[in-house]
Amino acid sequence: MIREYTTTVEIAGPLMLIDRVKGVTYEELAEIELPSGEIRHGKVLEVNGDMALIQLFEGSRGTDIVASRVRFLGKGVELGVSEELLGRVLDGQGRPRRPFDNGPPIIPKKMVNINGAPMNPYARDYPSEFIQTGFSSIDGINTLVRGQKLPVFSGSGLPHSVVAAQIARQARVLGEGESFAVVFAAMGITFEEADYFVSDFRRTGAMDRAVVFMNLADDPAIERIATPRMALTAAEYLAYEKDMHILVILTDMTNYCDALREISAARKEVPGRRGYPGYLYTDLSTVYERAGRVKGRNGSITQIPILTMPEDDKTHPIPDLTGYITEGQLILSRELHKRGIYPPMDVMESLSRLKDKGIGEGKTRADHSDLFNQLMAAYSAGKNARELAVILGVAALSEMDRLYLEFAEEYEKRYISQGQNEDRSISETLDLGWELLKILPRSEMKRIRAENLDRYWPIPSAEERKD
Amino acid sequence: MIEGRIEKVAGPLVVASGMEEARMYDVVFVSEQRLIGEIIELKQGKASIQVYEETGGLGPGAPVYCAGEPLSVELGPGLLTSIYDGIQRPLDRVRELAGDWITRGINIPGLDHEKKWDLTPSIEQGAEARGGDELGQVQETELITHRVLVPPGLEGRLVKVAGRGAYTIDEVIAVLEDGAGNRHELRMFHRWPVRNPRPIREKLAPDRPLMTGQRVIDAFFPVGKGGTACVPGPFGSGKTVIQHQLAKWADAEIVVYVGCGERGNEMTDVLQEFPELEDPKSGKPLILRTVLVANTSNMPVAAREASVYTGITIAEYFRDMGYSVALMADSTSRWAEAMREMSGRLEEMPGEEGYPAYLGTRIAEFYERAGKVRCLGRENREGNLSVVGAVSPAGGDLSDPVVQATLRVVKVFWSLQAELAYARHFPAISWLQSYSLYTDNVREYLDEEVGKDWIPMRDRAMALLQEEANLQEIARLVGAESLSPRDQLTLYTARSLREDFLHQNAFHPDDTYTSFAKQKAMMRVIMQTHDEMTRGIDQGAAPRDLFELPFRDEVARMKYLPENRIGDLEELLERISGAISGAVESLETV
Repeated sequence: MIREYTTTVEIAGPLMLIDRVKGVTYEELAEIELPSGEIRHGKVLEVNGDMALIQLFEGSRGTDIVASRVRFLGKGVELGVSEELLGRVLDGQGRPRRPFDNGPPIIPKKMVNINGAPMNPYARDYPSEFIQTGFSSIDGINTLVRGQKLPVFSGSGLPHSVVAAQIARQARVLGEGESFAVVFAAMGITFEEADYFVSDFRRTGAMDRAVVFMNLADDPAIERIATPRMALTAAEYLAYEKDMHILVILTDMTNYCDALREISAARKEVPGRRGYPGYLYTDLSTVYERAGRVKGRNGSITQIPILTMPEDDKTHPIPDLTGYITEGQLILSRELHKRGIYPPMDVMESLSRLKDKGIGEGKTRADHSDLFNQLMAAYSAGKNARELAVILGVAALSEMDRLYLEFAEEYEKRYISQGQNEDRSISETLDLGWELLKILPRSEMKRIRAENLDRYWPIPSAEERKD
Repeated sequence: MIEGRIEKVAGPLVVASGMEEARMYDVVFVSEQRLIGEIIELKQGKASIQVYEETGGLGPGAPVYCAGEPLSVELGPGLLTSIYDGIQRPLDRVRELAGDWITRGINIPGLDHEKKWDLTPSIEQGAEARGGDELGQVQETELITHRVLVPPGLEGRLVKVAGRGAYTIDEVIAVLEDGAGNRHELRMFHRWPVRNPRPIREKLAPDRPLMTGQRVIDAFFPVGKGGTACVPGPFGSGKTVIQHQLAKWADAEIVVYVGCGERGNEMTDVLQEFPELEDPKSGKPLILRTVLVANTSNMPVAAREASVYTGITIAEYFRDMGYSVALMADSTSRWAEAMREMSGRLEEMPGEEGYPAYLGTRIAEFYERAGKVRCLGRENREGNLSVVGAVSPAGGDLSDPVVQATLRVVKVFWSLQAELAYARHFPAISWLQSYSLYTDNVREYLDEEVGKDWIPMRDRAMALLQEEANLQEIARLVGAESLSPRDQLTLYTARSLREDFLHQNAFHPDDTYTSFAKQKAMMRVIMQTHDEMTRGIDQGAAPRDLFELPFRDEVARMKYLPENRIGDLEELLERISGAISGAVESLETV
């Protein structure tokens, strides 16, 4: 039997304290009926004797102490899952989101607690299948593999949304016709940004194989805490029960963390760095670690969380803790963006930790690893030459330094940079790498094994040289 | 049995009343689901419990049962090759029982109680025995003989000893009668509370290096067998790769790897790789000497706090058998954060950055469990336990309380630098900031085993690297060409040391591990080249001419030379000498 309480004693920020409750459990879902008949939702944060502390997803505006009626529903926060989720736009709590989606409510096949359970490390399968995103700066240099979690560290005003939408559009695994879908969770982003994604998905037909969860900037901030978990619950259902390969895009994790901080502050918890709660790492890991592959199951979950670094500061707690959990990071550079390079990928500071097992013979191509090392070394030498040129002037550079400088310029202009609708195959990316390296003398190719060098850059025969 | 009632639930913290008779750090089972927890505070009949599983769905009124013993692990044959969570539940068995996701209320013993082990007794009936004495031996894996010991604290006469044969760990293999006439049944396993260090006879000073096959570590910043080290660094600087490399190649007989609050895929990597990698000495799979404790970041936070204790207790147990044991904990920051979270929920007064005031004490106590020891028992065994902890400071800032508390107790500091990692110099251990306080302890051993010329050569190399740092400042201002020829040579040799010696590729089959013999041969090539060039320069040769001699590529490829071809380096050295003298002679003829 569901009891109803009118014994609210305190409302502060997004928190509500109810007295004289019985049988309430931790993490239980609550419904709050306002005098107007409006229904709000909340989750139990703490039970102490006969007091229950509720976190209100939709905020406390308009609630009152005397007349609010609180019901505890005897279950945690759940999402109804079914294959019908595909093609739908839902709000932060899993209901159809108008005006993006005017369809009927989803008829669930089953209800699943959105917190999920931790995946047994013993059941994990190591991610090793190459995902082609169509970006040279990702595929060639910071390769993404199935089951990886690879965040994009961006800053305000940088085109991370465009990059993410393009990845969602182009991502695929070579030579396989397996079913692939995108789960997209927007947290606290603006209507315009959200609309960009949805219309992009619709325009390209990607919407039919996408599930969108949307919590916009003017939606209740606390709801954001549930949004990524909703999205991952949907992703897990599609991946592990329907054998689909899911790409989960979470944007913007900074807003998620700020919502967490708001709750923590309202509870008067001891703050950690910059006011974020001490358990931010643990909390983030329960989101990020839900990426992966499971032995003996066909589906997979690959995550691309996007976060904006306040003041482009990588040591800010949000990017810092994220970097400690995720398997690398793609960093967007304001400097490249200002020079008109899209995507403005800072390939030197970006890193894909799982790259090594996803590239090479049978995955991409045998020369990939060598080529990667040589390109990185050459670009690094070119950037050093550029710094020198700033101090001493181009004229003071040695012949070799000038070649490296030219290489760096071309590399940024032709390899990193590409069109917003340009989908490069991995062999195009690799061939382009070889083409650019030929700016330099062959003797500089110290990181490339002889067999690869001879194959992709044969020494011209005497006759050819004559031509 | 004591039975209490839940009063309050807040995250992993549960407060129960009616617990007057419970003791601190006793294990409790919470609710009918029997979630495992541990008492961390007692106040007026109320016990604060940290629960090792998710607490969603718990509410006031649910029962709490007291197990009557502190959090303990099972120690006996079957530990090796296992993968455990933070409270010693075997994750492979958990998967069989619960599927691919860890559900709640799973209670599985740490060891297999059904498997039979062949026991060879090594003590006779009627003999006097005390804690630490060997009762018998079991071949646990192809690599390791498990010594079954009398549990610490017991002393008396063995009134019964089982004969040679196959037994499960539950079967009684001996009965010991103590002075008071009490009979104790001894089995192949016993339980030990994880927060109590296992007793030893005496501590000894570490006097041998833990050979790791990692050149920057072995040559410049060695850790003693039985010593402690820490590796702090920002993300992406390669902490985990270093920990994995040590777990793979350190010449310890037993390796305990604790993945504490880190990535699930990293543990999968270890699980998939270790059965395939071969121990350089025995040629057998590395997994046969390894115990894994994996409490990944998304697993319950309280069990993460326990995982380092579970790991070190298992490590101590093997040390007590007289083995050389190495424990890698990745990362101790996550352990400290788990402590901070529990402390916050207990509403304790916070110390620095919200960490509890006892952070430093806990860290010191943990590292103090390392050491070279004389074990209990009549066999007079010596064992050692080395501990290497990774630290993940916030923002890579070394003023982080966990780093500072760790540096106060550990003797070796491997400082990882983001700049080196960006320049793809791995391992990104800074040669300017790191230190080892074991260099004197291991000097005698190195003089004997590696040769008396090793330490002076190494010290000269380090001096060159230090000098390089000073010279680079000047070179940046005036250009390297304007330096004196000798200084130019210093820059040349230091660069060679950095690129050809310190830089090591963990993923290259021949470079991933380097024996002391090869390390010495490699450094000799670099340093003798330096000496010959110094002579050449003093005789008037132009530095540039010497630097452009055509052996540079061969020196760069030294690291990829297989171990069985170290002799080639002698030849290389001869060719280098020849080339340099040739260059100098041609100078004279001109």
